[in-house]
Amino acid sequence: MRELTYNEAALEAIAEEMRRDPKIFYMSTDALPPLLKEFGPQRIRATPITEAALTGMAIGAAGCGFRPIVDWRQVTFCFVAMDQIVNQAAKIHYMFGGQVNFPILYRAAVGGGGLVAAQHSQSPYSMFMNVAGLKMFLPSTPHDMKGLLKTAIRDNNPVISFESSRLMARKGPVPEDDYTIPFGVADIKREGDDVTVVALAWLVHEALAAAEELAKEGVSVEIVDPRTLVPLDTETIRNSVQKTGRLVIADEAGPTAGFSAEVAALVTEDAATFAALKAPVKRVCALQVPIPYSPVLENHVFPDRGRITAGIREVLRGRRSEAA
Amino acid sequence: MPTSLSPNLAPDKQREMLRQMLTIRRFEERASADYNAGKIYGVVHCYIGEEATAVGVCTALGRGDRIISTHRGHGHCIAKGADLNRMMAELYGRQTGYCKGKGGSMHIADFGIGMLGANGIVAGGISIITGAGLAAQMEGKGGVAVSFFGDGASNAGPFHECLNIAATWKLPMLYVCENNLHAAQTSAAQTHALPDVAGRAAGYGIPGIVVDGNDVFAVYQAANAAVDRARSGGGPTLIECKTYRQRAHTERKGQADPRDKAEVDAWMRKDPIALLERRLREQGELDDAGLQSIEGDIMAALEAAIAFAEASPFPLPEHATDDVFSA
Ligand SMILES: Cc1ncc(C[n+]2csc(CCOP(=O)(O)OP(=O)(O)O)c2C)c(N)n1
Repeated sequence: MRELTYNEAALEAIAEEMRRDPKIFYMSTDALPPLLKEFGPQRIRATPITEAALTGMAIGAAGCGFRPIVDWRQVTFCFVAMDQIVNQAAKIHYMFGGQVNFPILYRAAVGGGGLVAAQHSQSPYSMFMNVAGLKMFLPSTPHDMKGLLKTAIRDNNPVISFESSRLMARKGPVPEDDYTIPFGVADIKREGDDVTVVALAWLVHEALAAAEELAKEGVSVEIVDPRTLVPLDTETIRNSVQKTGRLVIADEAGPTAGFSAEVAALVTEDAATFAALKAPVKRVCALQVPIPYSPVLENHVFPDRGRITAGIREVLRGRRSEAA
Repeated sequence: MPTSLSPNLAPDKQREMLRQMLTIRRFEERASADYNAGKIYGVVHCYIGEEATAVGVCTALGRGDRIISTHRGHGHCIAKGADLNRMMAELYGRQTGYCKGKGGSMHIADFGIGMLGANGIVAGGISIITGAGLAAQMEGKGGVAVSFFGDGASNAGPFHECLNIAATWKLPMLYVCENNLHAAQTSAAQTHALPDVAGRAAGYGIPGIVVDGNDVFAVYQAANAAVDRARSGGGPTLIECKTYRQRAHTERKGQADPRDKAEVDAWMRKDPIALLERRLREQGELDDAGLQSIEGDIMAALEAAIAFAEASPFPLPEHATDDVFSA
C-alpha cells in the first residue's frame, strides 16, 4: 500500500470530504497552500488571529446548514476561545432541545517534543473530555487519521481532532479509497497475554517498541489504542484487562484528572475487570508541570519507551496482596 | 512619510540608540546561526528590521516604567536593558538563563528592569501589561506601561477590550502596534478592513498616531509625547509603527515565505539601522572610527554572552518540577 505521513493523511481526508460536500469550508489563521490551491479562498479562508471569533462563527455557520472546519493549529491557541467551546459549542444542541445540528470539526495539534515550551506544548484533551457535548479523537497512525477525520467531518456534532505534533511527519500505509473508522472503537495494535498497555498517539509507538524488547524476555504485551477519547471504547479496554490481569496506561499528558485517571476508574469500577486484576494499575504519564523548554527538562517531563518498560516490569512484579 | 526632525537628545544618547539597535541585530544574527547549528532549540523569531521601534519607544521610558513583549521579543528585552548573558543562556537552555531554561526565546522576562515578558500567545500580553498600567496608576508615582504587539494581535479581542478599559480609566499606557504588514504567512491586507490600525483609536476616544517605525527619531518623538500624556493623567495612546521584518516569520530553514519579493526588497532599502547611521554621519556625530568602536563593543559583549552561555550548566532534570508553585 502507498504510504502517507500523518499530516498528509489528514489533508487527504479533508480534501476528499470537501470534494464530496460543498457545505464544508475551512478557517485558519494561515491558509494551507494545497487546500487553497484546489478549493479557493471562499472555502479555504485565511483569517485574522481571532480564534474566539472563529470558534463561535463555526457554531453559527453550522447551525445555518454549513459544515465548518476550524483549524486552531496548536491546541494552546484555542484557550482564548474557551467560552465558545465550553459554553456554546458543547451545550447548544442540548440546551436548545436538539432543534438543529452543529456539525463542526475543530483541529488542534497536541503534545511536546518540539522544545517550544509551555505555551506551545500541551495535551489538554481531558479538559475537554470533562465537558459533555464534545466528541474527540487522537489518532496514532496515518491510517487512523484519515478514517477518523472522515467520520468526524460527517458527524453532526462538534468534534475535536487532536493531532500529535510528534507524529506529523511519521509515515504509514493509507488506503486510497474512501473509508471511515467509527468513533468509540479501539484498535488493538498488538496482541498479548501478560499485560495490557492502553496508550495514546505517539506513546502507542513507544509502547510497541517496549513490547518488542520485552518479547525477547518472553513477556507478552497487548497494546490497546483507544483512538477516540469521547466516546471511549470501554469494552475493549476492560476485555483486554480481563484477559491479561495487568494494566499500564501511557499518556503524554499529566496524570491529574486525566485520560489515564479515567481509564483507571473505568477498569476498577467494573466488578469483573476489578476481580481479574493481579496487580495495581500503573500510569506512565508526563510530570504534572507546564512543559519546559530546555531539552534536559523536556526529556525528563515526558514518558517514553523506557518508562513504559519500567512501568510494565513494575506491574509484572506487583501483587494484589501488596496493598494489604 | 517625511523624515523626522532630529530629536532634542544629546549626541551620546543618539549614538546609544544606534548601539542598542545594532546590539539587537547582532544578537539575533548570532541567535539565528546558533539555532541552525542546533545550539538553540524550538523556535526563534527575529526582530531584525524592526529595531527602531523598540529602541525609539524604550528611549522615552525610565527604568521604573514597564513593558511587555510578544513571541518576537529579543529587541524589546535589549532595548529595556536586559542582560545579554542571561538572554543568551536562556536561548541555550541553561540554568543561568533568565527563566532557568524553562522558557527559551519566546519567554524571556526580567521583572527587575520592568520587562514583563515575551509571550507565546498572540495578544496574550496586552491584558497583562494593562494590569501593569492599572498598578502604575494605583502606585501614583507617574509610571507608565507599554504594550508591544503586532498587526496580527490587533485583530484579537484583548486589544479591543484593553483599549476600551484603558481609555475609560485613563490608564497610563502606550499601545505600540508594530505593523510589519504580515502575520506569519498571512498579510495584513487580507485580515484588516482598514490599512491603519491607529484609526481604531478613534473608536475608544484616544489618540491614534501613525509613525515611520523604521525612523527611530520619529518613534522616539511619538513615544515621548505619549509618555508625557500618560504620566500627566491624560490616558493611553495608540502608536502604530509601520515597519517590516526583514526575515521570514521564524528562523526555521525551508519555511514558506509568501511575501512579495519587490515588497521585501523595498523595505530592505529602508533599513532602520542604515537610516540612523546615515543621519548621525550627516549630523557629524558619527564617523568610521566611532562606528567601529560601537561595533567592537557589541561584538565583545556578544562573544562574552556566548561564552557565558556555553560555560553554563544545563538545568538538572529534577529542576523540571521546581517553580510550579511559589513557596
Ligand atoms: C492565539 C494565537 N494564535 C495563533 C498563534 C500562532 N502565531 C504565532 S505568531 C503569529 C503571527 C503574529 O502576527 P503579529 O501579531 O502581526 O506579529 P509578528 O509575528 O508579525 O511580529 C501567529 C499566527 C499564536 N501564537 N497565538
